[in-house]
Amino acid sequence: MEAGALLDHDAPALLRLATLGSVDDGKSTLIGRLLHDTRQIADDQLEHVRDVSSRRGGGTLDLALLTDGLRAEREQGITIDVAYRSFLTPRRRFILADCPGHEQYTRNMVTGASTADATVLLVDARQGVVAQTRRHLAIAELLRVPHVLVAVNKMDLVDWSEARFNEIADELRALADGLGLPDLVCVPISALDGTGVVEPAGVAAPWHEGPSLVTRLEDLPIDGADAHGPLRLPVQWVIRPEGEHGGGRRYAGRIARGTVRVGDDVVALPSGQEAVVTAVELLGEDFDAAAAPRSVSIGLDRELDLSRGDVLCRVGEAPVPARELTATLCWMHERPLQPGARLLLKHGARTTRAIVGEIRERLELETLTPVAAPDGLGLNDLGHVTLRVADPLVADPYSECRETGAFVLIDDQDHATLAAGMIISAG
Amino acid sequence: MTITALDAPPLSALDALEAEAIHVMREIAGERERPALLFSGGKDSIVLLRLAEKAFRPGAFPFPVMHVDTGHNFPEVTEYRDRRIAELGERLIVASVQDSIDAGRVTDVTGPRSSRNRLQTVTLLDAIAEHKLDACIGGARRDEERSRAKERIVSLRDDFGGWDPRAQRPEVWDLYNARVRPGEHVRVFPISNWTELDVWRYVAREGLELPSIYFAHERSVFERDGMLYADDPLIERLPGEEPFTTSVRYRTVGDMTCTGAVRSEAVTMEQVVEEIAATRITERGETRADDRATEAAMEDRKREGYF
Repeated sequence: MEAGALLDHDAPALLRLATLGSVDDGKSTLIGRLLHDTRQIADDQLEHVRDVSSRRGGGTLDLALLTDGLRAEREQGITIDVAYRSFLTPRRRFILADCPGHEQYTRNMVTGASTADATVLLVDARQGVVAQTRRHLAIAELLRVPHVLVAVNKMDLVDWSEARFNEIADELRALADGLGLPDLVCVPISALDGTGVVEPAGVAAPWHEGPSLVTRLEDLPIDGADAHGPLRLPVQWVIRPEGEHGGGRRYAGRIARGTVRVGDDVVALPSGQEAVVTAVELLGEDFDAAAAPRSVSIGLDRELDLSRGDVLCRVGEAPVPARELTATLCWMHERPLQPGARLLLKHGARTTRAIVGEIRERLELETLTPVAAPDGLGLNDLGHVTLRVADPLVADPYSECRETGAFVLIDDQDHATLAAGMIISAG
Repeated sequence: MTITALDAPPLSALDALEAEAIHVMREIAGERERPALLFSGGKDSIVLLRLAEKAFRPGAFPFPVMHVDTGHNFPEVTEYRDRRIAELGERLIVASVQDSIDAGRVTDVTGPRSSRNRLQTVTLLDAIAEHKLDACIGGARRDEERSRAKERIVSLRDDFGGWDPRAQRPEVWDLYNARVRPGEHVRVFPISNWTELDVWRYVAREGLELPSIYFAHERSVFERDGMLYADDPLIERLPGEEPFTTSVRYRTVGDMTCTGAVRSEAVTMEQVVEEIAATRITERGETRADDRATEAAMEDRKREGYF
């Protein structure tokens, strides 16, 4: 790239990626390969990996050492926590959430998938679809990750067999259909030697006409679904300018959904007060409009009794603030959830008290099939619950909007984050 | 009047990263009683100041700016700090390692290979206690170092200031849990997901001024362990370490005793960015002695309460 292009700050769009895989399917190798082949690994990092690999007595370069950053991980040779890596291609800027597959897998996968525009799910070509694969697909569906790619890895160990690849791809597509996942893309690769990762598989798989994994990722549409739909702007902070030059108050927040325009008639919820948008700005720069997920400051034609946690909606598009929720929970804490639990719930910029009603059912991790949950929900369980909240929430179903349909549950005493929640219905 | 693309996402990577960082800062302002923004004079904390302006102007920052001063700063950086904070009209707290030494809180280290890098942790934790801070916003990035890649954007510290990597709160969507119990605080990293190149691009886009030492200049330096150190009375040279003058720039800005310069002729931002894109060595690997000590040097210091 030319220096001019490097400073061309508008060029690449950002794609958030989550990689899901189990212990031996070569996920760390794939990530090492992605970073290495897109030239993100610096010489001193590679030197360090070489150094540690040889000190440990391993003959080969252990690319997993690039991502396993914590002392305990390196000592035990396992990945504990989600790691975030960046890499850049000429066409796209990627943030990759590397989600470990074995320890705390549900919690880690949900964490990585919650912000992902796409997931890359790894399957070992020799093993084919295993229980973990079904769980990964189910999580991707549950979290509504817009794009799911499957990298069928270790193709070199099945002699790049077209029949084997098709067999796995067909089984995956059937599973995806059953879960209601949209078009599933399968790509044959060998992370170990890099075939099919950055460059197309070429002579190794003349039967495969598709582009490489990275090209697939560069081609994925970023549809900005949240920029459409009704406006939801949770107020995070009220700016009160000092002195005569500051003008009136600004209401600061990140647009969770939709687009806000100067001249919009808006209503502040839950108070129901109405006003007209007079300014959409950031540090003195004025805009006609701004769409999700931008952070902006809004001016209104009158001062409203608006405070943190309130939500600006367009008049006519505002939902009825809800006190009762039905939701899917991913329970993330050692202490199990019991009916009647009193917790804190954070949704948008609002934190409110919540009481868990009934725990209706637990979901089987591979199929999302509901089963009875007589013992409540334990660590890494998924389930359907009802909740009652003290302050009404301006919420949408998660199926309509990830930003306004998601919440977390927090322990009122020690402030631990207990669960990730996805709203099914709010009333 | 600028027109923001109405219904034409995707945002550029910088716009997306900026929106995320502003959101994080406003969440901390909303959820914590007594935050502070940690400022080192380096490019990352200069970007933080700009993001704070975007988050809170035309109002004042809802937190003071705090500099942990080792007393071994580059004079260009101290000058920049005072000028920039005055321009912004914000409040500056200087937490001084020299004061900690004078008060007997820490013992100064001397000798050719001494650095006050680790002493900063005590000064920082004392300042957090003195000012009753419950959140410290810092400019650390995940691409800098292995253990940072695993750290949350909003990261809990216990009442010893320590980080427990095995007891991190899950961080899902953009719903940050910044709640603390008495004595605890959170470290907050709004530019976690930025890379060195993103930072430079943002500096260029926003037209931000950087301390002059980021650009190539003639300096008297000496070589140690493959790094170039400033020839300055603060750093005791070993036998055979002869100073010489050459054109260098700094890639990171920290304490003079542990920050190395790189040979460079890059005097403009374009030239610096070109060099960074071409380099095969990370910024901390090239210029920070403090990270070279052991395999998990950064993780160990973070467990003790380091930035």
